[in-house]
Amino acid sequence: MATLLPDSKVKRSEFSTRSILRLAATYLGLAVLDAMAFYLVYVFALDGVWELAITIAVITLLVNIINLRQDLYPLRWISPALALMGLMVVFPIIYTVYVSLTNYGDGNLLTKQQVLNLLARETYLPEGGKVYGWDLYQNAAGDYALWLTDGDDGYFFATLGDFEAVTLLAAGADLPEDYQGYRRLDRGESLRASREAQELSFGTAELQIGIAGRKEAGEFAQRYVYRSDEDAVFDKQASTLFYANYETGQFENENGATLRTGFISGTGLKNYVRFVTSPAISGPLARIFAWTIGFSLVSVVSTFTVGLLFALLMQNERIPYRKAFRTLLIVPYAIPALISVAIWKGMLNSNLGVISNAIASLGIQPPPFFIDPGWSKFGILLINLWLGYPYFMLVCSGALAAIPSDMYEAAEVDGATWWEKFHALTLPMLLVAVGPLLIASFTFNFNNFVIIEAYNEGGPPMVESGTLPAGHTDILISYAYRLAFGGGRGADFGLASAITIIIFVLVAGVTLAQFRLTKGWEETSENV
Amino acid sequence: MSSHVKIKRGNARPAFTLGLAIQIAILVIAVIFALFPVVWILSAALNPSQSMNSQSVVPPLPETRVVLAEEAGVLLEIAAPNGSRVERSAGTILLVEVDGEREELRAPKNGYVRNIRLQVGDSFAPGEALYDISSSYLINFDTLFNTERKPYVRWLLNSVAVATITSFLVVMVTALSAYSFSRFRFKGRRSLLMLILLVQVFPNLLAMVAIFLMLQQIGNHIPFFGLNTAGGLILVYVGGAMGINIWLMKGFFDSVPRDIDESAMVDGCGHWQTYWRLIFPLVRPVLVVVGILSFVGTFNEFVLARVLLRDKESWTLMVGLWGYISDNFARDWGIFAAGAIIGAIPTLIIYLSLQDQIVGGLTQGSVKG
Repeated sequence: MATLLPDSKVKRSEFSTRSILRLAATYLGLAVLDAMAFYLVYVFALDGVWELAITIAVITLLVNIINLRQDLYPLRWISPALALMGLMVVFPIIYTVYVSLTNYGDGNLLTKQQVLNLLARETYLPEGGKVYGWDLYQNAAGDYALWLTDGDDGYFFATLGDFEAVTLLAAGADLPEDYQGYRRLDRGESLRASREAQELSFGTAELQIGIAGRKEAGEFAQRYVYRSDEDAVFDKQASTLFYANYETGQFENENGATLRTGFISGTGLKNYVRFVTSPAISGPLARIFAWTIGFSLVSVVSTFTVGLLFALLMQNERIPYRKAFRTLLIVPYAIPALISVAIWKGMLNSNLGVISNAIASLGIQPPPFFIDPGWSKFGILLINLWLGYPYFMLVCSGALAAIPSDMYEAAEVDGATWWEKFHALTLPMLLVAVGPLLIASFTFNFNNFVIIEAYNEGGPPMVESGTLPAGHTDILISYAYRLAFGGGRGADFGLASAITIIIFVLVAGVTLAQFRLTKGWEETSENV
Repeated sequence: MSSHVKIKRGNARPAFTLGLAIQIAILVIAVIFALFPVVWILSAALNPSQSMNSQSVVPPLPETRVVLAEEAGVLLEIAAPNGSRVERSAGTILLVEVDGEREELRAPKNGYVRNIRLQVGDSFAPGEALYDISSSYLINFDTLFNTERKPYVRWLLNSVAVATITSFLVVMVTALSAYSFSRFRFKGRRSLLMLILLVQVFPNLLAMVAIFLMLQQIGNHIPFFGLNTAGGLILVYVGGAMGINIWLMKGFFDSVPRDIDESAMVDGCGHWQTYWRLIFPLVRPVLVVVGILSFVGTFNEFVLARVLLRDKESWTLMVGLWGYISDNFARDWGIFAAGAIIGAIPTLIIYLSLQDQIVGGLTQGSVKG
């Protein structure tokens, strides 16, 4: 399959100690990897997190195949990169699609299996169950134990994990101060420790004893039992059945009451349908979409124009200290974006910032850069211009230098004016070289989360969006972020992922168009 | 270029000079536009008053002010001994008794307490000098490094650790892949390269929700790679950096003549030896540049770090700086400025010193978007 250059060499050296060592290292490495992967697959399967279990299993299997088969030798070198990409790039994309088709979010954070596992741990004190009086004991390690007294002068001792009847003690006698290495706590200690002890379950798995009140302890029983044939959870305390409802991701009884914890369930295209049907989503989303496009377009055009202007000025050899000018002009490019935006945010601050103060000192009311939607957008575009023009200045300088000078000479011979030369010669030549970068810059700004977030976290808020956290300067990606992580209202990972998918589609479309436009595939293919 | 200037020179010279003046003026204005924020933040960092509104372009000279007593009283306790740093907004320096009542004497400005002239139990008259307070250009940096609530040094170390490990792993793993893509010819090679390029169209920042949920699940069982850990963050960064860097590296490996490894193979070297002993040292300078750029990119990354790191202790520098911006920005402006400068220095130095390489990379349409 593979055309290995020195195939014979590989075979011959297979018998040297070196290569045996290397083989041993390979097997050892694979064994460690497999052990870890096996563990993960196992625990994720127990949790019902199938998507991760399967992904890890598939990736591990591929890595094993690649590293054990001699004919896949070249892929061995690539396998670490492929594994990392598979887990951290490819899987998240697929997983985003999956999440967008579910109700994943606050209230529905766990898989059904994880919810069942949680429910299985819940206990209750059944009516008519045996009730004891209790005294608290503690051993040197800090573990608690309960001395239990039933109404018939029977004594029992329950530790964490054990339960035994005590027969040594005569009825009505005082409790021992020490018992099996446990010391009886006095009243005060007992009171202080009781809160902690209340959380514990004493006795064995079959006979769980817990503290029920100030004086009483009792035999607890498992409260919820899952019945797989009915796909329902039986609540033994209320003796009702809660059926799994996959529409809402809740366990629901006939009266419509639900259990506290919901589970993740597939809701089909519901999240996408919400874009169209829910006015609280569709209205703001349309505006956010328009602003995303507008922001990206204006950013690209403004940074390119200013960058080109500076690059053209730098062309002039009569300008002194050109190198120094260039270095100073690219400084904005060399500062981390978050820091740059923060500095500008400080300078534009309404009451205290230097720019606002300067405007105010001219006798003009400084514009509300963070409160008014229009001025907020202006502020963001201004900052993005500052951040972005050096990139195009550098790129255009390079591209301008590559335009052959005899073309200009020919144009001059024909008597072309400066504008004619620029318009008919420089710009077209430049656009051929810089065009793809303009599109790349567009897609970059399309997802330029940092500037939006750092400027004003998408604010000022859009009133029409109701409970959903949309802001006037939010772009799609920052809106998706807000839906997922934007506190307060609760996370809606499903809706956020659906928006992410829309961004994926748009970005893929733009990129495809770019490749079409620039015949990028052919070019890259040639370079392969 | 010079030839056509010569042709023009004769008749166009006077207009040219005016044009030149305008051009230079535009560039000067551009430089002011470019540098003013930088100058402003430098000045803010050096200004001992931390708040935004009392800032001037040139920070005031360090000075020592003698603080006088306003009323007669008795010194009960020295809350801030000589040498301690005090803030106007929060610093109590002396506890005194005035007219039988306990009073706190607060710092009139930010600075260091010096030369307390009284001892506990001494009484003082109105107008008597109590102590000196001296300001310093570096007080914001001192505050930055020594505020327990905001462990800047910790964040800085976190960032350095995460960025170092990430860039090291990225270089090592992608160099391996690039060698294979460059030197072997195997079935599916082209499609695999294309696939890598295609996947890279989606930056993993977009999938932050999925990555967050994934690390949450992983962290349930392997805490080392879960949310809130450097391990998980590094894994995400390294995975996301594969595509573009494999392509970049492959280009460098392609530029190393194949004769070199072929002659090594004839001498009996295996692929691994050829790679490790011969090719790797040859491309090392380029690997260093890629590593440095990857370091800078990771160091400055903010979005994923903020999503994945929730505890203050595990934050990276950028997430920590974000903390300054989001709460009480105007009051902590000077401290933020000091932090911002330290945070910006690595990138600034690297970008300005690697200017020419980066320009070369940019015109080929790679490196930074």
